[in-house]
Amino acid sequence: MSEAVVASSAPAQTRHHAALQHHFVDLQQQQEAASLGMWVFIAQEILFFGGLFAAYAIYRHAYPEAFALGSHHLNRTIGTANTLVLIGSSLTMALAVHAAATGRRQAIVGFLLATVLLGGVFLGVKYFEYAEKIAPCLGDQEHAGCLVPGANFDPHAVHAEGAAGQQAQIFFSLYFGMTGLHALHMIVGIPIILTIAAMAWRGRFTPEYHTPVEMVGLYWHFVDIIWIFLFPLLYLVTGQ
Amino acid sequence: MNTDVMPPMTTPQSPPPAFPADSYLSAGWSLRSWLLTKDHKRIAILYLLSISAMFVLGAVYAAIIRWNLLVPDGSHMSADAYNKTFTAHGVIMVFFFLIPSIPAVFGNFLIPIMIGARDLAFPRINLLSWYLYVIGAGFTLYALFTGGLDTGWTFYTPYSTVFAQSNVELAAIGIFIAGFSSILTGLNFIVTIHKMRAPGLTWFRLPLFVWAHYATALIQVLGTPVIAITIVLVALERIFHFGFFDPNRGGDPILFQHLFWFYSHPAVYIMILPSMGVISEVISTFSRKRVFGYSFVAMSSLAIAAIGFLVWAHHMFVTGMAVYSAMVFSALTYLVAIPSAIKTFNWTATLYKGSISWDTPMIYVFCFLGLFLIGGLTGLFLGNLGTDVHLTDTYFVVAHFHYIMVGGAIMGYLGALHFWWPKMFGVRYPEAWGRLSAVLVFVGFNLTFFPQFLLGYMGMPRRYHVYPDEFQVLNVLSSAGATVLGFAYLFPAFYLLFSLLKRQPAGDNPWGATGLEWRTSSPPPTENFHEMPVVSGEPYDYSKLGKEAVLV
Amino acid sequence: MKGLPWLPESASSISGEVDAVFFFIVAVTVLFTVGISLAILFFAIRYRRRAPGEVPPDTHGSVLLELAWTLVPLGLVALMFVWGSMVYFHMNRPPDDAMTVNVVAKRWMWKFQHPTGQREINELHVPVGRAVKVVLTSEDVIHSFFVPAFRIKKDVVPGRYNVAWFRATRPGSYHLFCAEYCGTEHARMGGRIVVMEPEQYETWLAGGPAPESPVAVGEKLFTELNCITCHRPDSAGRGPLLTGLFGRRVTLAGGETVVADEAYIRESIVNPAAKVVAGYQPVMPTFMGQVSEEQLLALVAYIKSLQVPAEGAPAPAPASQS
Repeated sequence: MSEAVVASSAPAQTRHHAALQHHFVDLQQQQEAASLGMWVFIAQEILFFGGLFAAYAIYRHAYPEAFALGSHHLNRTIGTANTLVLIGSSLTMALAVHAAATGRRQAIVGFLLATVLLGGVFLGVKYFEYAEKIAPCLGDQEHAGCLVPGANFDPHAVHAEGAAGQQAQIFFSLYFGMTGLHALHMIVGIPIILTIAAMAWRGRFTPEYHTPVEMVGLYWHFVDIIWIFLFPLLYLVTGQ
Repeated sequence: MNTDVMPPMTTPQSPPPAFPADSYLSAGWSLRSWLLTKDHKRIAILYLLSISAMFVLGAVYAAIIRWNLLVPDGSHMSADAYNKTFTAHGVIMVFFFLIPSIPAVFGNFLIPIMIGARDLAFPRINLLSWYLYVIGAGFTLYALFTGGLDTGWTFYTPYSTVFAQSNVELAAIGIFIAGFSSILTGLNFIVTIHKMRAPGLTWFRLPLFVWAHYATALIQVLGTPVIAITIVLVALERIFHFGFFDPNRGGDPILFQHLFWFYSHPAVYIMILPSMGVISEVISTFSRKRVFGYSFVAMSSLAIAAIGFLVWAHHMFVTGMAVYSAMVFSALTYLVAIPSAIKTFNWTATLYKGSISWDTPMIYVFCFLGLFLIGGLTGLFLGNLGTDVHLTDTYFVVAHFHYIMVGGAIMGYLGALHFWWPKMFGVRYPEAWGRLSAVLVFVGFNLTFFPQFLLGYMGMPRRYHVYPDEFQVLNVLSSAGATVLGFAYLFPAFYLLFSLLKRQPAGDNPWGATGLEWRTSSPPPTENFHEMPVVSGEPYDYSKLGKEAVLV
Repeated sequence: MKGLPWLPESASSISGEVDAVFFFIVAVTVLFTVGISLAILFFAIRYRRRAPGEVPPDTHGSVLLELAWTLVPLGLVALMFVWGSMVYFHMNRPPDDAMTVNVVAKRWMWKFQHPTGQREINELHVPVGRAVKVVLTSEDVIHSFFVPAFRIKKDVVPGRYNVAWFRATRPGSYHLFCAEYCGTEHARMGGRIVVMEPEQYETWLAGGPAPESPVAVGEKLFTELNCITCHRPDSAGRGPLLTGLFGRRVTLAGGETVVADEAYIRESIVNPAAKVVAGYQPVMPTFMGQVSEEQLLALVAYIKSLQVPAEGAPAPAPASQS
């Protein structure tokens, strides 16, 4: 396997492109490096979420009833709608990448902004979901109905018999932990997309060079795929 | 560019070595040019400074431990202070010295040069890695100095999540941030090695140092995120009382151990693989022979990385796990020992019929071989289900891992420091002092840690502030050894720094080594080579020494 | 084998087995350490550089050698693995006739209870030659029960039972250490296992006020906590019959089977929904937080004692009617 490119055979414009960083031999090497780098980054993200998925699998196997009861307290309609919103944002992102590959500057900016908008809708809905759950837990009075794990957790709110109420705390710990981490990844992603959109507006991208758009696209699709796993695991657990 | 191989220094016809007109060191003297550098070589030096500082701090904590253990009644310090001391020693040495050490200093400096590139794939991310390291260290040191941490570096639950009264969250944040420093370094190495090799430099022409770092980088990228999320869970449990690991809330404390060791076992391979890469480079240079069984050594690095992910529960044989599960982990643990054995045999065979020169880096190689041998073989006791029950959580384990971490990893680090010091700084250090220090380190090390094998087998548990009287003789011996070791570490600090003042030029290739880094000046220019190399020969080809260079 | 210098005493039926594996591995370790070190030293001296420009002949690898030094170590470690696993199996199979001692660890002490009810703190008296099974649990953090002279160790984990066993072979007093870091006084959380001749042990048991056995305590609790309401001895209750349960295989609602050991019984009390018996509804409330670890051990002891009578004999009445 010989990946090393002999410098002299690359076309001149890729050896002196404005976006070429000087430690790379040519633009192709730079783009391949960026792409591999993003895939490696995504690999470590999978391992990062992986720890939570492992904990989820182990506890769901141990407490099937508590998980079903906990899941029942999540709003499936909102969850489904939010899933569609996020998939929509992946679509607009893919369209943005395509626009970059075909050199349509305004389309790039438009689709990236649409992605941000849909991402914002997702996060907004999540905010309301969280607020609704957290509200009973605040204040000094009795915390009936509080489903946030911790000192104020109310096992009776899960309508469970016996130990399942206490175990449902683990379900909600995972719910807040996993969706929270996912939301954090979206919150980090949105300013990055806006930055790329600004670069696109200033005409920095061409069909030959639009690597940043592709890279942020990879990241955003990854964030979407994580949600596609989270949604059924958290919202669609039924007891049997 | 100088394409002639520099003959060994003692040949009278060679011109005296001189400093190059320009180098990465002379390319800017301001603080800003260092703190905002994108040059992988300068970043390596930044790491060298910060890692050395952390090592000194970790060593001071070790000295305090050994001072306390001189007496069995713990009268030198309170139990609480002792517990915080051994925790600090472990946290600093594992996360802030051993894990970054060779990759962050020598990997950063050498990998681009060894593969004929101008820099790593992502220079700014490289600088970010260093800043993350420093910020992580800042948080952790703040935690250690304002109240301390007393959970042990392994912070087992539920003690760390429910009972500990110390700065767990702060230290956790510091380690979390430092973890991302490690991940980004690994990411950088993987992409660089895949995409930026010089023309003609195929995978099986790479120096074994590069292979070792590639395997290490795989572990860094795939393993570190797991401890990162585990730390997040611990923090969530402490702050919000989430209950993942608290049996009173339906959680399982043993789950923590699985998640923790899933990273922390591969982590020990992060610590040793780069050192093995150093050994390959140094042993071939000072035997003037290619490494015996090159492809087996290269593949062994990958095998260790892969199998190393499958053995984590051998730290948990006495937790009450199912006997059949324990058997699986024991079998895999024995399997992961085999590639290390293969490497050791191949290195020994490299010496056979070589032309061996006893320079300081080579003395460190000999130290490594002997000590890693003992450390690795004592792992066989711990991977064995019958003996591990008795030996786990005793000083036998402490001795085992210090033989590997200090006897293995640190010998490799010191060997690397001496081998590449002339390349990094362009100067020679005093050989006699170098050899003396290496011998002293070897003696001090064995005196410190060999008695601990005996202590462990006799039953002295680890993390003990006080101990039964019958263990005192061995503890005193161990502390005496630690004193010798401490002094032995000081010598290189002095004579290496002194060499920077004395400035005796080393020349491009003072050791007569192969490898692309010896084809450029000492120190190298900022862009690494004045003319980018093209490779056409095999690595470690000493047959051309003194004749034409390997390069086209 | 009395302690040689730097060798621990050997005082249980398993310590000899452990030492045998240990010394086999020592032999292999010494062989390879000495062998390879000598080879390295020999080569380093014999092939020392004689002249400055000397270049040795080129060598190539040898697949034969690689195979040899892969397969020979593999064979040796395979042997170690098999032997060690056999010893480990033996360590994890307490004999049926073992007497059960309940152990509750808490920071920073060991609480023991004999089957006859005597309680001890930090010291455990046992008869020589008798198999002793310790059922271990913790009230707070993870500890570890370590007796070097017996070569046994088992972590003591809150929220579950771990089991270890030993058969002491020599009278004497042996160190007990806590071997899992548990906070400030971890190093002082020690004690002794005092092994006595059988007659002395009986004398020791008889000395002091007649204690209540864990079985008797458990029986009282069984009634006080109203377990008897559902777990009726006539199998007409809402809960499964407990007579003869201990040690039997139970079929659960999901179809799988599990052995009813101490851990199963404890779990069924604190987390009844985890393993519901086939044919029964999951209506048992949890007693988590309402019973201490020692009370749980007493309930387990009582349920263990509910044996099916021999054929022909009527079912024995419970030890005390109330």
